[in-house]
Amino acid sequence: MNTAEAQAPVQNSLSREMLRVKDLHAYYGESHILHGVNFDVKRGELVTLLGRNGAGRSTTLKSIMNMVGRRTGSIVINGNETLQMKAHHIPRLGIGYCPEERGIFASLDVQENLLLPPTVSSGGMSLDEIYAMFPNLYERRKSQGTRLSGGEQQMLAMARILRTGARMLLLDEITEGLAPVIVQKLAEVLVQLKDLGMTIVLVEQNFRFAAPLADRHFVMDHGQIVEEISAAQLPSRREHLNSMLGV
Amino acid sequence: MTMIFGVPLAVFMGQLTLGLVNGAFYALLSLGLAVIFGLLKIVNFAHGAQYMLGAFAALLGFRYLGINYWLALFLVPLVVGAFGVLLERFLLRRIAHLDHLYGLLLTFGLALIFEGTLVNFFGVSGARYATPEILQGGLNLGFMFLPTYRAWVLVAALAMCLFTWFMIERTRLGAYLRAGTENSQLMQAFGVNVPLLITLTYGFGVGLAAFAGVLAAPLYPVSPTMGSSLLIVVFAVVVIGGMGSILGAIITGLAMGIIEGLTKVYYPEASNTVIFLVMILVLMLRPVGLFGKEA
Repeated sequence: MNTAEAQAPVQNSLSREMLRVKDLHAYYGESHILHGVNFDVKRGELVTLLGRNGAGRSTTLKSIMNMVGRRTGSIVINGNETLQMKAHHIPRLGIGYCPEERGIFASLDVQENLLLPPTVSSGGMSLDEIYAMFPNLYERRKSQGTRLSGGEQQMLAMARILRTGARMLLLDEITEGLAPVIVQKLAEVLVQLKDLGMTIVLVEQNFRFAAPLADRHFVMDHGQIVEEISAAQLPSRREHLNSMLGV
Repeated sequence: MTMIFGVPLAVFMGQLTLGLVNGAFYALLSLGLAVIFGLLKIVNFAHGAQYMLGAFAALLGFRYLGINYWLALFLVPLVVGAFGVLLERFLLRRIAHLDHLYGLLLTFGLALIFEGTLVNFFGVSGARYATPEILQGGLNLGFMFLPTYRAWVLVAALAMCLFTWFMIERTRLGAYLRAGTENSQLMQAFGVNVPLLITLTYGFGVGLAAFAGVLAAPLYPVSPTMGSSLLIVVFAVVVIGGMGSILGAIITGLAMGIIEGLTKVYYPEASNTVIFLVMILVLMLRPVGLFGKEA
C-alpha cells in the first residue's frame, strides 16, 4: 500500500466532516458546565445528544452558537475554527439553531417570524415550500406568533431556520411537551430534511423518537460525552442505554 | 360668543392647540425613550439633554455657520444622532453587561455634563431662535387664531411619529428591532449583528430627541436646562403609556398634552401636576401602563 492510498480516506473523512468539537469547556460565570466535550458530525449525518437533564446537552449546542459566557477548546465548523468568532458570524457558516424554549417572537406575526432570520447561504427553502411542508403555518400566517399551539410554535421554530439556507441544524428538545401526532409529524420532517442532505444535531429526551432517525448517538453525563453508540450497535445496547438515561 | 362649559371657544381652542403642541413633544420624546429602553433596557436620562443639544445645535449652527431652520431640521438630528452613536459605542457598550441601573447613572451623569458645560458658556437665561419667515404669523380659522408655527410643529411631529411607527412596525429592520427587544441573544444566533443594531437604535432615539429640539427652538427659549424640566413630564408620560407599544407612546403623549392644556383652562392651579395625578391613577389601576403588556 503506498502512502497516497493510505492518506486518501483520511482526506476524504476530513472533507466530509461538518462539525468537530474538541476538548470543549464552557462556563456560565463561575460555574463550569462542560468538562472537555469531544465529538464529531459528518456531513449529512443525524446525531443525537442524549443524557439526563443537566448533563450539558443544551449547553453544548449553545456553546457551538457562542451563547454561553466563556469557552475553551476547539469547535471546527465546515473547516473553520469558530471559538474566536463573534456570535452573529457563526450562523453564516450555514448553521440553524432552534432553542429549547422555541423563541417565537410575540411582537411578530407568524409570517414575520418565518421571514425574520437572515439568509445565511443560498439554497434555502422558499416560503411556498415551507408552507407546503407545514400547511398549518399557512393557515395561521397572520396570527401573532405566540398565539399558536405548542406544536405549531415548534413547527414555526423549525420552519424559519429552513428558510435561511442553513445546512446544519442544531435542534434542542423539539418534541418536548408535544402530542404524539405532532411528534410523528416532526419525525417525518426530519427524515425529509435528512434526504435533502442536511446535517442534524438533535438534543433529545424522547429516545423512542430519536432512535429510528439517528446515525449515531452520543451519551452525555456531567458535561462530557461518555459513550458513542452507532445505529447498528443500538439494539444490543438498548438496555444499557436505558439504565444510563434513567428511563 | 360661543362658550364651552363657561369658557369662550377661542380660549378653549387656544389651550387645546397649545396642549396638542406640548403633547406632540411628549410623544416624540417618549417614543425615543421607549425605543431605546426596548432594546438597550436603559432608561436614557440624557434624553432631555439630547433634546436640548438639538435646539442648541440649531441655534449655534444658525449663529456661526448660517445654517437655516430647514437645513437644521434635517442636519441636526443626524449630527446629534451620530454623537449618540459615539456615546453608545464608547461608553454605554462598556457597561452593557452590568446591571441596567448603571446605564441610568451614566446617562444621568452625561446629561449633567452637557448641561453644565453649556451653562458655563451661555448661562441659563436662554436665547431666542427666530421663527422661519414662512411660518410666521397665523391663520384665522374664524373661531380661533392658529399660529402657523404651532400648526407646523404639530404636523411635523406627527409625521415623524408616523414615520417611526412605520419603520418599526412595517419594515424588516423594524422586525429585527422588535424581535431584538424580546430576545436579542436569539437574534444574534440567527446571524443578526445585534451590537450594531443596538448602536443604531440608540443613535436613532437620540436623533428623534434632537429633531424635537430643533422643532422647539423657535417656540421656547433655547437654554441648557430646557430639557431637564421637560424630561420629568416625559417620564411620567412613559409610565402612563407603558413601555410596550410605539403607538401607545404617541397616543399617550398627545393625550397628556391635551389634558394638561384643558386643565389650564378650567383649573390652572393643577396644570403642572395633572399629568402626575394621572400617573398615580394609572399606577394604581394598571401598573404596566395603559398600553403596556402584562409580564
